[in-house]
Amino acid sequence: MSSSPQPWNNPKLRAFAIQLAVLFVVGSFVWIVVDNTITNLQRQNIASGFGFLENPAGFGIALTLVEYTEQSSYGRALLIGFLNTLLVAVIGIFIATILGFTLGIARLSSNWLVAKIATVYIEVVRNVPLLLQLFFWYFAVLRALPLPRESLSLLEVAFLNNRGIYVPALLLEGNGLVLGLAAIVGAISAWLITRNAKRKRLETGEIVKGAAFAPLLVFVLPVLAFLIFGMGLKAEVPSLKGFGFKGGWSLIPEFVSLLLALSFYTAAFIAENVRSGILAVSKGQTEAARALGLKPTSVLRLVIIPQALRVIIPPLTSQYLNLTKNSSLAVAIAYPDLVSVFSGTVLNQTGQAVEVIAITMTIYLSLSLFTSLIMNWYNRHMALVER
Amino acid sequence: MNNRLLPAVLALVVGLVAGFLLYPMFAGSGDEPAPAVAASDGVDTPAEPAPLPVVESRSTLDLVRERGYVRCGVSQGLPGFSNPNDSGDWSGIDVDVCQAVAAAVFGDADKSRYTPLSAKERFTALQSGEIDVLTRNTTWSLTRDTALGLDFVGVNYYDGQGFMVRRELGVKSVMELDGAVVCTNTGTTTELNVADFFRSNGLAYSIVAFEKSDEVVAAYDAGRCDAFTTDASGLYSERLKLADFNDHVVLPEIISKEPLGPAVRQGDDQWADIVRWSLFAMVEAEELGVTSKNADDMRTTQNPAIRRLLGVEGAFGQNLGIPNDWAYKIITQVGNYGESFERGVGENTPLGIPRGLNALWKDGGLQYSPPVR
Ligand SMILES: N[C@@H](CCC(=O)N[C@@H](CS)C(=O)NCC(=O)O)C(=O)O
Repeated sequence: MSSSPQPWNNPKLRAFAIQLAVLFVVGSFVWIVVDNTITNLQRQNIASGFGFLENPAGFGIALTLVEYTEQSSYGRALLIGFLNTLLVAVIGIFIATILGFTLGIARLSSNWLVAKIATVYIEVVRNVPLLLQLFFWYFAVLRALPLPRESLSLLEVAFLNNRGIYVPALLLEGNGLVLGLAAIVGAISAWLITRNAKRKRLETGEIVKGAAFAPLLVFVLPVLAFLIFGMGLKAEVPSLKGFGFKGGWSLIPEFVSLLLALSFYTAAFIAENVRSGILAVSKGQTEAARALGLKPTSVLRLVIIPQALRVIIPPLTSQYLNLTKNSSLAVAIAYPDLVSVFSGTVLNQTGQAVEVIAITMTIYLSLSLFTSLIMNWYNRHMALVER
Repeated sequence: MNNRLLPAVLALVVGLVAGFLLYPMFAGSGDEPAPAVAASDGVDTPAEPAPLPVVESRSTLDLVRERGYVRCGVSQGLPGFSNPNDSGDWSGIDVDVCQAVAAAVFGDADKSRYTPLSAKERFTALQSGEIDVLTRNTTWSLTRDTALGLDFVGVNYYDGQGFMVRRELGVKSVMELDGAVVCTNTGTTTELNVADFFRSNGLAYSIVAFEKSDEVVAAYDAGRCDAFTTDASGLYSERLKLADFNDHVVLPEIISKEPLGPAVRQGDDQWADIVRWSLFAMVEAEELGVTSKNADDMRTTQNPAIRRLLGVEGAFGQNLGIPNDWAYKIITQVGNYGESFERGVGENTPLGIPRGLNALWKDGGLQYSPPVR
């Protein structure tokens, strides 16, 4: 045989050829599917294309974060549904994280009662199907609450009934932008002060007095600005008019129950991730930290959690993704999320199942990829600390 | 070491490339002309439209015969229209239409099966061929008849949208509902009518829309909404699910036209004809006074219209592509339209609905069958 290697003996070339082949298979498969779908839709006289997004929607939506009327387009309805999904997902992730970390740490607590309560919560909530929990929060709570006319009230300014929670709206008299600016300035200065204090402490061991209070600047500066510019605050108290309460800020029961169900459910899983993350940090770390004279809370905050986070973050990411995707159960309790509004009502009104489902899937996929991206970035950021 | 693998990989690649290049040629050689691109505004149609064999090239009748039963899409439980009993047997006036089709095709009304569908799922189920007929209190509207690729073949119940409220509210008219919260089903004409009605009357409202009727009823019952709106017939029916239905009143106004009828996929005219005439046969039978009880005796009558309907004279069944005694089987096994109505939703049922618009044209109603001749 000749000594010069044949091209097909080159592993790189071979790998390339195989990948090319796979790409061909996938490519032609996608092409066949798309082509076949279009042809068949036309054959069955089913409307296709994305032109429908500009047609008027004609139906009302209960919760709209941006301007929407019945005359708005289907595209606008899509935006409304998307924002509603985003709203419940973001707030849900926030609550689930805080609750999950608390429960995870509590389950490991040396206090018998605290540990048992956390254990029972986690085991119960994790093992009851989410849809049932959703119905529980919606129907059980709805039934327990009174009709608007018999609302439970707090000092006659905040009300709770089976149409929702109503609190007075705080309306600012004056330029809100000034307050926003003040808050930003406060945040930046707080960050600078903290950073300098930390540097000084690392270099000289000296603790800058008062630097711990720097974060308060975020609130203090806007309050100062408020007083200096002589702005006023007006409260708009909700009042009973006709069938229900008008004015003020309100939360509809569909949103509250979905939020509670999603965050309580996901928190139980996050708690278990947190627990396993903490248990993954070897006992020696705690003992060493204690030996250095750190307080138990400092041991947790400075030694255990940073190391545990490396174990916690990857499964935490998938819990975030789960929460976002589970929010599509909203349709069962009439929360107008993406699935309910777009792949429910709009799909049915237009009949364009292929386009509507494709758009919906793309949106969920993008949301998930975006979440993963952020979490992966955070994960790398945490992992780099390793020495 | 991988020398033996190489020929296989090479063959795969060559095969794929060849297949990829040759595919449009083969596919393009079909005898069907490329369909017009009229409906697609926005989707890129491949430069070379290559019609692939369509999934369902055979007629629905052939498929149904081969399978041995008719598949119908029905509601998830709407007493009077389509509702399962404890042993899973379906009944109601929509179910009767399905059974009539089975009786016409197979001579046996029991050769029918039911798929419960939510309002939202129903059209996709029909489009994709999961069911043969949609008999699910479905309103005939222009969009559904055209853009959704469906064909409505008749109306088995003339309805309109109504409202129900708690008696204690003291509301007497829909016009008093300014600012009310209204509960309804997603994916229905109802959702659109409410919006139109409140907007055109300058009334404020907010809507809470559920996918399943049971949830709509539960939420209304729990007081989440002031009014429950859907087809008036639906209100009578859903009202039975409420804890104490005397605490609720149906308001007098009807805000829309809801002609409910069976639908089939567009493009199979023979199947559409069979379903259409199965329904007409029931109406015609009532008009001619033929019932499930007297149909046997009627076969010997001299009335030519009855003789044609019962298949004693003429070849009307054959023209539809089904046995000549098709209508006879429908009438003896399912009954005429009036019998079906009284059994399902009539005044002696819990729903207690009067014939009203659904009386025969002779009696001042809208039910009318073209002549069987
Ligand atoms: N006729 C209307 C409404 C049909 C509809 O979904 N009605 C509800 C309320 S009457 C229903 O059928 N519920 C029973 C179920 O969901 O199975 C339409 O075609 O859009």
